[in-house]
Amino acid sequence: MARSVTLQRKSFNTLIAWIIGLLLFFPILWTILTSFKTEAQAIADPPVWFFFDWTLENYRVVQERSNYSRFLWNSIIIAGGSTILGMIIAIPAAWSMAFVPSNRTKDILLWMLSTKMLPAVGVLYPIYLIFIQLGLLDTRVGLTIVLMLLNLPIMVWMLYTYFKEIPGEILEAARMDGAGLKEEILYVLTPMAIPGIASTMLLNIILAWNEAFWTLNLTAARAAPLTAFIASYSSPEGLFYAKLSAASTMAIAPILILGWFSQKQLVRGLTFGAVK
Amino acid sequence: MGQIVLEQVTKSFGEVTVIPPLDLTIEDGEFTVFVGPSGCGKSTLLRLIAGLEDVTSGEIRIDGRPSASIPPAKRGLAMVFQSYALYPHMTVRKNIAFPLRMAGLDKTEQDRRVKQAAAVLNLTDYLDRRPGQLSGGQRQRVAIGRAIVREPAAFLFDEPLSNLDAALRVGMRLEISELHNRLKTTMIYVTHDQVEAMTMADKIVVLRAGHIEQVGSPLELYRAPRNLFVAGFIGSPRMNLIEGPEAAKHDATTIGIRPEHISISAEEGRWSGVVGVSEHLGSDTFFHVHQTGLAESITVRADGEVSFKHGDRIHMTPRDDMIHRFDDKGSRIA
Repeated sequence: MARSVTLQRKSFNTLIAWIIGLLLFFPILWTILTSFKTEAQAIADPPVWFFFDWTLENYRVVQERSNYSRFLWNSIIIAGGSTILGMIIAIPAAWSMAFVPSNRTKDILLWMLSTKMLPAVGVLYPIYLIFIQLGLLDTRVGLTIVLMLLNLPIMVWMLYTYFKEIPGEILEAARMDGAGLKEEILYVLTPMAIPGIASTMLLNIILAWNEAFWTLNLTAARAAPLTAFIASYSSPEGLFYAKLSAASTMAIAPILILGWFSQKQLVRGLTFGAVK
Repeated sequence: MGQIVLEQVTKSFGEVTVIPPLDLTIEDGEFTVFVGPSGCGKSTLLRLIAGLEDVTSGEIRIDGRPSASIPPAKRGLAMVFQSYALYPHMTVRKNIAFPLRMAGLDKTEQDRRVKQAAAVLNLTDYLDRRPGQLSGGQRQRVAIGRAIVREPAAFLFDEPLSNLDAALRVGMRLEISELHNRLKTTMIYVTHDQVEAMTMADKIVVLRAGHIEQVGSPLELYRAPRNLFVAGFIGSPRMNLIEGPEAAKHDATTIGIRPEHISISAEEGRWSGVVGVSEHLGSDTFFHVHQTGLAESITVRADGEVSFKHGDRIHMTPRDDMIHRFDDKGSRIA
């Protein structure tokens, strides 16, 4: 028997969903609102909500004090670069694990994931020293490599589960139908794997964009991405909430927009394989 | 043309030998069914012929050509998989045209052949759909369509009907048989269902643990099973096997009698027992008879009108000319 959903119950569920949604979104909303206030309004008690003198002053000041586009550019290069580099390594890795697994494949997968359980600060010191030796400190190349390594386990895992879903019989059918290795990859494998590859890339860009620990610790000025841009407004001469908010809004805007437009793809990618 | 010859073919996966040395000839145009219980190596044998697995030793010749160095695509064989293995991102039209595209045929020729195949398989209205929008039977037809457009030397079917429901299975069975009658192309069909084997095959190959137990036409296998395994495997319901003094009367270790070769009566007969479960199929009724002193249970086929109740005592008489005799090794005594 189908569960009967009454109108009452439906509206109650909708209400709850909205409350939870707003609760989760509130910090971002508040940041965006604050970025349009004056510093005095930003710390006003009781807080002002929508009825204040909307101003773009903070954005002007932030843009004047620091070069937003330089940070943005660094973020794009580091997030994009680490993703592309990671995919170059992760695709063949996941591929071989999914299609030609060995006895140890499961162990390797688990071991890779276990590296994510290590607190990042545990390896900060050795990596910092290595970076000094190699002259990678405060370089975009260095950060790209670190972020790539950081997210590689997740990339391999995601791609692996995706590739696992491609039935081997379809590849065999292609072989029987006269496809050589090139045609098999071009016409059968890639079209079936593209959604998985796309959502893995997307998630990875977001993870890399938001990564703060390594980007803050391994950069100073030249290679600093948007995370460092935000951090520079939280200190040292006292907090300027409105300007910090403006900086934050500018930093998260690109990824927020990207996420908004690709949310369907992203959700599908993350839940793929869970439901047959 | 599609004669396939297997000569001393073996296959091992590591230490495990799946196919011990095996010889088999499949003649051009023949509908051959590999049948056996699961794990008997029938699918492996098919994949060896297809080239999806390499033989460990021995030789497979397709139309006289040794195939060891020929990749699957170049063997001129088409395969239909159990899971259909359609390309989910392509329309039915593109699925069927794929082998032609791979062969480098021009567009108009591709179109012509796809239309032809679609007409044969009743798929014309579905050409622009994707596999996900089709029912199981339609998907299976697309898979067959993809195989026939290539005009292959032989078709290989790997349990193609086992994912379909019973009614559809019977329909598709007929369609495949008709296809064979029309195309006259060699077909090798793998199944664990002996009914499919009996109804479709020109030649049945019964396999057990990689060994060929018997090769023959369906009726040869039915009438003269070479050993106890084939006797038990071919025929539905199974042949009754009786050991002990009753078998000794016929100078055999085991005798076999099919349910359809025993007549029953309420009054008199050579054997007697108590009716257990009765299966009424309408046309026939199968009685499972216990306490016969012969075997744990004897299955008897009777006319659909005959009715005995659970617990009734009945009498049975086997047809003497239909008794199969087997020696202590399980081989048929001529």
